[in-house]
Amino acid sequence: MMLGKLDWSAIPFDQPIPLVAAGAIGVGMLGVLAWITRAGHWPYLWREWITSVDHKRIGIMYTMLALLMLIRGFVDAIMMRTQQSMATGGAQGYLPPEHYDQIFSAHGTIMIFFGAMPFVIGLMNFVIPLQLGVRDVAFPTLNSVSFWLTAAGALLVNVSLVVGEFARTGWLPYAPLSETTYSPGVGVDYYLWAIQISGVGTLMSGVNLVTTILKMRAPGMSYLRMPMFCWTSLGSNMLIVAAFPILTATLAMLTLDRYMGFHFFTNDAGGNMMMFVNLIWAWGHPEVYILILPAFGIFSEVFSTFSGKPLFGYRSMVAATLFIVVVSFLVWLHHFFTMGAGADVNAAFGIATSVIAVGTGVKIYNWLFTMYGGRVRFPTPMLWSLAFMVTFVIGGMTGVLLAVPPADFMLHNSMFLVAHFHNVIVGGVVFGAFAGYTYWFPKAFGFQLDETWGRIAFWPSVIGFVLTFGALYVVGLDGMTRRLQHTEVDEWVPWLHVALGGVGFMMLGVAAQVVQLVVSIRHRDRLRDATGDPWDGRSLEWSTASPPPFFNFAVLPDVHGEEVYWGIKQKAIEAQRLGPEPRYEPIHMPRNSATGFVTAFFATLIGFALIWHIWWLAALGFVGAYATFAVFAWRKEEEYEVPASVVAEADRARRAARHAWLETQRDREVPA
Amino acid sequence: MNDHDHGDTIPGGESPDTEGPQGATGYTVGLFLAVLLTAMSFWIASTDVIWDPAVPVAIVVLAVAQMGVHLVFFLHVTSGPDNANNIIALAFGVLIVLLVVAGSVWVMTHLNHNMHMAPADMAQHMR
Amino acid sequence: MSTAAPHPASFRAPHDPYALGGGRGGHGNDGGHHGEATGHGAGGPASKRIVVGYGFWIYLLSDIVLFSAFFAAYAVLAGETAGGPSGAEIFDRGRLAIETGCLLLSSYTCGLGSIAAARRHGRSTQLWLAATGVLGLVFLGIEVQEFAALAAEGAGPQRSAFLSAFFALVGLHGLHVGIGLLWLATMMAQIATRGFRPEVERRLLCFNLFWHALDIVWVGVFSIVYLLGNLG
Repeated sequence: MMLGKLDWSAIPFDQPIPLVAAGAIGVGMLGVLAWITRAGHWPYLWREWITSVDHKRIGIMYTMLALLMLIRGFVDAIMMRTQQSMATGGAQGYLPPEHYDQIFSAHGTIMIFFGAMPFVIGLMNFVIPLQLGVRDVAFPTLNSVSFWLTAAGALLVNVSLVVGEFARTGWLPYAPLSETTYSPGVGVDYYLWAIQISGVGTLMSGVNLVTTILKMRAPGMSYLRMPMFCWTSLGSNMLIVAAFPILTATLAMLTLDRYMGFHFFTNDAGGNMMMFVNLIWAWGHPEVYILILPAFGIFSEVFSTFSGKPLFGYRSMVAATLFIVVVSFLVWLHHFFTMGAGADVNAAFGIATSVIAVGTGVKIYNWLFTMYGGRVRFPTPMLWSLAFMVTFVIGGMTGVLLAVPPADFMLHNSMFLVAHFHNVIVGGVVFGAFAGYTYWFPKAFGFQLDETWGRIAFWPSVIGFVLTFGALYVVGLDGMTRRLQHTEVDEWVPWLHVALGGVGFMMLGVAAQVVQLVVSIRHRDRLRDATGDPWDGRSLEWSTASPPPFFNFAVLPDVHGEEVYWGIKQKAIEAQRLGPEPRYEPIHMPRNSATGFVTAFFATLIGFALIWHIWWLAALGFVGAYATFAVFAWRKEEEYEVPASVVAEADRARRAARHAWLETQRDREVPA
Repeated sequence: MNDHDHGDTIPGGESPDTEGPQGATGYTVGLFLAVLLTAMSFWIASTDVIWDPAVPVAIVVLAVAQMGVHLVFFLHVTSGPDNANNIIALAFGVLIVLLVVAGSVWVMTHLNHNMHMAPADMAQHMR
Repeated sequence: MSTAAPHPASFRAPHDPYALGGGRGGHGNDGGHHGEATGHGAGGPASKRIVVGYGFWIYLLSDIVLFSAFFAAYAVLAGETAGGPSGAEIFDRGRLAIETGCLLLSSYTCGLGSIAAARRHGRSTQLWLAATGVLGLVFLGIEVQEFAALAAEGAGPQRSAFLSAFFALVGLHGLHVGIGLLWLATMMAQIATRGFRPEVERRLLCFNLFWHALDIVWVGVFSIVYLLGNLG
């Protein structure tokens, strides 16, 4: 068979919902491509974005991918909430079980792997080199490979909408349900290869950013002078490096089971299905902290900036971060207390889980004390951060409740658990990502996001979030288990309607965010940020222009003391002049490379071929990937030189803008 | 100016002129020690001279020693002050490895015990 | 300051301004100009050689964690023979000794190759690398033969969970050796065509790390899987 298992029956002609959805997405994508072609943007896109190895461009592309996938995952959420509020008693709703199962699996997979992960990785990519005062990450081309592999994984998951099916096993494909005996279709295979390919990208991104933070910093930037976001990102990327291989290994074992008849997790021949649960959560719990640590960093930056004060308890924050990094590897069993490992094992992991909350508690108090006595301003990033603080404390406390094994035995697998982890991931990671998005947007594009629409987006989002998950907490306590396509209990129905209403509010929030982006782009001249420092910031990313030149800094900043940019700024205001113009020298920057894009092309090919058992195509993909590697290894020029005159021109423009701004600060009182 | 062997702070960094753990002598000493430790492992595994319960312990100890030899003589992760960064990374990695392996074994052993599924039982159970 | 390959005589010490315990980092004299952006002040980002070496070191640690997950699976499933053969029945210690010897010796030749490369002796570098490759190939050949023999006598990975875990763990190591050999061949071709350019030297450094790390993993494999397994 030339095409393995692939034939026309893979296209779901009998299921109107995915077919119409896929058709609409397809038509939309074709429209966009046609528009790009007509407008002649391909050369620009290829040169400036697709082959770019600039960490800022890659960060922006990560974020765009994340925003798209968040909307895709949100559509799944809307479908689940409508189905559950419709399908009670005699009514069956509009989603048959086999389709509903794919939707909750796709929702979780997409939201975690292709929504939240690219969002935080995108922000880290964009911000870290700027905050460290350097020109790029440690391995710029590898960075591009990482991004495109993530995009390849996202593509495969979305292809499953049209060609074949997606997994029906939940976002973590628990064995033995995910074994071929119970899931003979390609759904689990789509999951496996999509996650493996994007997982490789994530791992390389982790290696890249750890190396960047530990080995590439501006002169004088010692560890304890790094901004808090760099510290939490360091923690997050250390966890990526340490935890993602466990995911890769676990999914590889499941792949061996499915493709070659191994017996890691099967029912028969000595396989141990609980081993899957054990290993996947040894990755899964650190993953939670991989997502939340960068968000903690964002909140630290935001609270400090908009309170006009240095972060309270900087060193305790660093300590709490490193504490969380280590302890996050000691709590994984709390995801399966009910497995039956016994009282002593459960007690140990329950205590460790309660203990890890202490690290987060330290942070909450530090943020409160950062605001205390400060001149607090409330633009959109600050609103998201405050909403985080209120909702996350609730989510954290329900988490500590679940950490008590006897309580967990009652609440395990219920909607209470669903409400808990949405409470921490939406309230923590997503709010953090939105705070970071609105906070650094002007740095990335040179104009601010419209504040009015930002507020309009904020309020319905938070109200909807509280309504939805508040209601789910209640039905969870009422005994409703998760992942139900149909329910028979009348008491739950009103709450499910409340949850649906909450989703309606959140839809308004999402729409307002889209409108905010469109309005801001249209009014970009009015929203222009000329100085590069729209928020009165404190760290180095605000010292360069907005958007920063591709080389970030004309001269690498010389770091003396903490909050170096704040110090420079106060000195300039006091003296009413900028520092002397530096001597500009030529800069070497890495060349663009198509390696990332081509690698991802072959990776997609390999993934698709393996999903459908098209072995020759997979072999072809591997040969292509190796050829790409060889071509990259033999390229002659890695870098090119930016002449000093170009550097000087860019920097003089920045200095002129700064000078104009300094004039406006003449009467400002300099804080002691 | 041929001084690139000084301040070498990456594992595996090469410095042709120094003796000790680096340079050809270093590799030879490392090879000698590794072969010695390997031979001891093989011998302990096959001899009856050693008290039986001590055999696994001895093999594990020898394996750890040999890994140390490889790290010092082949990978040059020497404990000089400049290498602290590499060592900390290594220590973090080793910690994670220990947590994953020991944790999994601990959890799964207790599970098998509590569910009355010792390997033999389990095999019967499944048959 | 050009990025062209530095003449051997001008090759400077790669200074690492952020080494812990190495005194006050950041304001030290910058030693590593080659292949690095110019125009920065004293200290600043470490030289490319340091960055690449450290990055690869971090990657290797992640690889070790990958192995540890397979080790954990093996440790849990080692007793699950499902009526099939146990380790004591199938492991051949003679073959194991040859395999171990090959890999140990290849680590040694690989190290000598890196010394030859540091002295810029093209010919002896290639010879040592070729020796490494041959030893690696012999190792891999024996392993493939072992796997084939086991599968032929009905002790393939489909037989029991123990054998699944065994094949996966040992096979994963073998896969790494195979990829290492492909890398080695590519790099030898690169030394032949491009000479000792800085980027080639950095790749050589990474390969060395990779190969030595595989040897360390093998120490774990032969001790825990074969020797302990053989005790029965």
